[in-house]
Amino acid sequence: MEKTKAKSAREPLFHIVKRTDIPKWKAWVIRILAVLAALVVCGIIIVALTGKNPFEMYKFMFEGSFKTERKFWKMLQDLAMLLCVALAVTPAFKMRFWNIGAEGQILMGGLGAAICMKLLGDDGAQLSNGLLLPITIITAILFGAIWGVIPAFFKANWNTNETLFTLMMNYIAIQVIAYFTFIWSSGSNTVGKINAESHAGWLQLPREVDKYGYLLNVIIVALLTILMYLYLKYSKQGYEISVVGESVNTARYVGINVKKVVVRTMLISGALCGVAGLLLVSGTDQSITAETAGGRGYTAIMVSWLAQFNPFYMILTAFIVVFLQRGADELQTQTNRIINADFADILIAIIIFFIIGCEFFINYSIKFRSRKKKEVEA
Amino acid sequence: MFAAFFHRAVLQAISLLFGCTGEIVTEKSGNLNLGIPGIMYVGGISGVIGAFLYENSLPDKSEASWFLAIFIPLLCCLAGSLIMGLIYCFLTTTLRANQNVTGLALTTFGVGLGKYFGGVLIKLVNADVPSVTVSMTSNYYKATFPFADDLGWFGEMFLSYGFLTYVAIIIAFVAGIYLKRTRSGLNLRAVGENPATADAAGISVTKYKYLATCIGSMIAGLGGLFYVMNNASGVWSNNGLDNIGWLAIALVIFTAWKPNFAIVGALLFGGLSIAPYYLSLYDIVDINLRTKPFFDMLPYIVTVIVLIINSMRKKRENQPPEALGLSYFREDR
Repeated sequence: MEKTKAKSAREPLFHIVKRTDIPKWKAWVIRILAVLAALVVCGIIIVALTGKNPFEMYKFMFEGSFKTERKFWKMLQDLAMLLCVALAVTPAFKMRFWNIGAEGQILMGGLGAAICMKLLGDDGAQLSNGLLLPITIITAILFGAIWGVIPAFFKANWNTNETLFTLMMNYIAIQVIAYFTFIWSSGSNTVGKINAESHAGWLQLPREVDKYGYLLNVIIVALLTILMYLYLKYSKQGYEISVVGESVNTARYVGINVKKVVVRTMLISGALCGVAGLLLVSGTDQSITAETAGGRGYTAIMVSWLAQFNPFYMILTAFIVVFLQRGADELQTQTNRIINADFADILIAIIIFFIIGCEFFINYSIKFRSRKKKEVEA
Repeated sequence: MFAAFFHRAVLQAISLLFGCTGEIVTEKSGNLNLGIPGIMYVGGISGVIGAFLYENSLPDKSEASWFLAIFIPLLCCLAGSLIMGLIYCFLTTTLRANQNVTGLALTTFGVGLGKYFGGVLIKLVNADVPSVTVSMTSNYYKATFPFADDLGWFGEMFLSYGFLTYVAIIIAFVAGIYLKRTRSGLNLRAVGENPATADAAGISVTKYKYLATCIGSMIAGLGGLFYVMNNASGVWSNNGLDNIGWLAIALVIFTAWKPNFAIVGALLFGGLSIAPYYLSLYDIVDINLRTKPFFDMLPYIVTVIVLIINSMRKKRENQPPEALGLSYFREDR
């Protein structure tokens, strides 16, 4: 009896306290340290697995994004697309609605665009671009929005688990794409360039202005970034989103219609994913496969979270991810395939582990058992 | 015909069952581990690496001992998936990171690891096809009861599987009994439902979360090993496992967090996945590339419908654990 009492009275070596007052610069120092630590760990892994000089590897990776004008533009394009999806999932996340169905919403948006280009383009109604483009854009956005609103509707009315629902919707979307790929491909299972002759429905600036065909995407996403920042920070709806995210009960108490906010926010989230699908299908590839979204729906969640839902920080976090992906592609060619493109995923995950891990040291502080206190007790 | 169909359905079901049981145990502790596909990749590739090293260390494959051939890949697989579980748990339980983000990062990590090492092995063997084969080990894993062939349809339906199949079913049963009938299982459920209450009752929340997540991810990792050794005959070709991983998570919802149900559910999903093939084989429905996507969609659509119905009926025992997806911090109010 005596023994257990003594044991329970013993103060643990350290305990954890929540803190909210950390200065901004200190939080950033912690984050930068975490990234540096992650790079060191990645370097060790590169050496251990390939036996190459990590600095040389990092140099190659740098070249992957910046060596030629073409590579630079490709990097900007990837950055813009990832950022677009990250922007799309952000309002939902801020509301604590875990939309991991961006992948499916992008695909459906892309499908909407592809359907218009197919049915109303060269092989179909042969509409002029002035009419076809608006229809394509609206259809793509609508398709993405509908795919996003279905889970939101059930979440709002019956509190159906949205994480799992949206996840399932991804796989349904992939199969829908598989069906359309089949009927459009006449057996070869690849769609190929849609409207390759007339460029009908192609969302691109003329080649004289835009050499690589990525400029329009970059401009649109840059605009969306600013709009999303303003929407979240200064609009009434943005404020409602953060109230619902903080506490549903508080939101109800102050008279916010939570159901409406949930459905409306997912409508926006899905619509933006639709825009991403539109930009990918009609703006970049002019074709569609089940790989069109390319895992961006999942990566974007991490990008948005790492940036703490701030659209401007997202440019940075999306850049880190894209930089690593492009870098690993470059490494693949430079190292004669000792390092393959999948290596980027390992590096990205390690960096993300470190950054989400370091948030702990920003939100909590560890208080060690102090000696003074013990003497007082004694 | 039915016996053959049943046999194939069971083979499809077992990796799902491993993944599903593992995820149920994990989710019961309140950890929504979306890293299951990654864990399965790591479990699979660790097993393949173990088998590959063992097979190539032998001067002559006839000298192989069945004991080592089975246990080296098994231990590698368990160790690999244990590490994945520990990473997840350290980040979400100790550092209280967001579970969805951590889980997705874990999937990225695991799939990357699996494909990277798969690529390295493929390069090592310098084969014409992009895959590595560990057929000797696979044969040990696929070894069935010697008398299975003599028992006709009964043998084909129930005895013609490798040992991991029975392990999967036993684990699912044991997990069901553990969660429902034992004190420690009750504690685990308490941690998942309401960690603060469990903590107040003197249950170590951290300990339960760690144990459940690590054991859960080791079980899920076995699913990866089973897929490579039994379904793919020891051929690692860098794909196929992510679908199974996500489907296993879907199955968790479908079975309403009950491991015993998972056995039936996995069989149903397994049956659905091969049904198109059998239906067209016997000219019941014409399955071609045009109609196949709709059949492939079925498991996911069924899961969505179950999810919706469960949330509408609001039956207490079919709901997700109350604190699923939330990190626990004692001093939170």
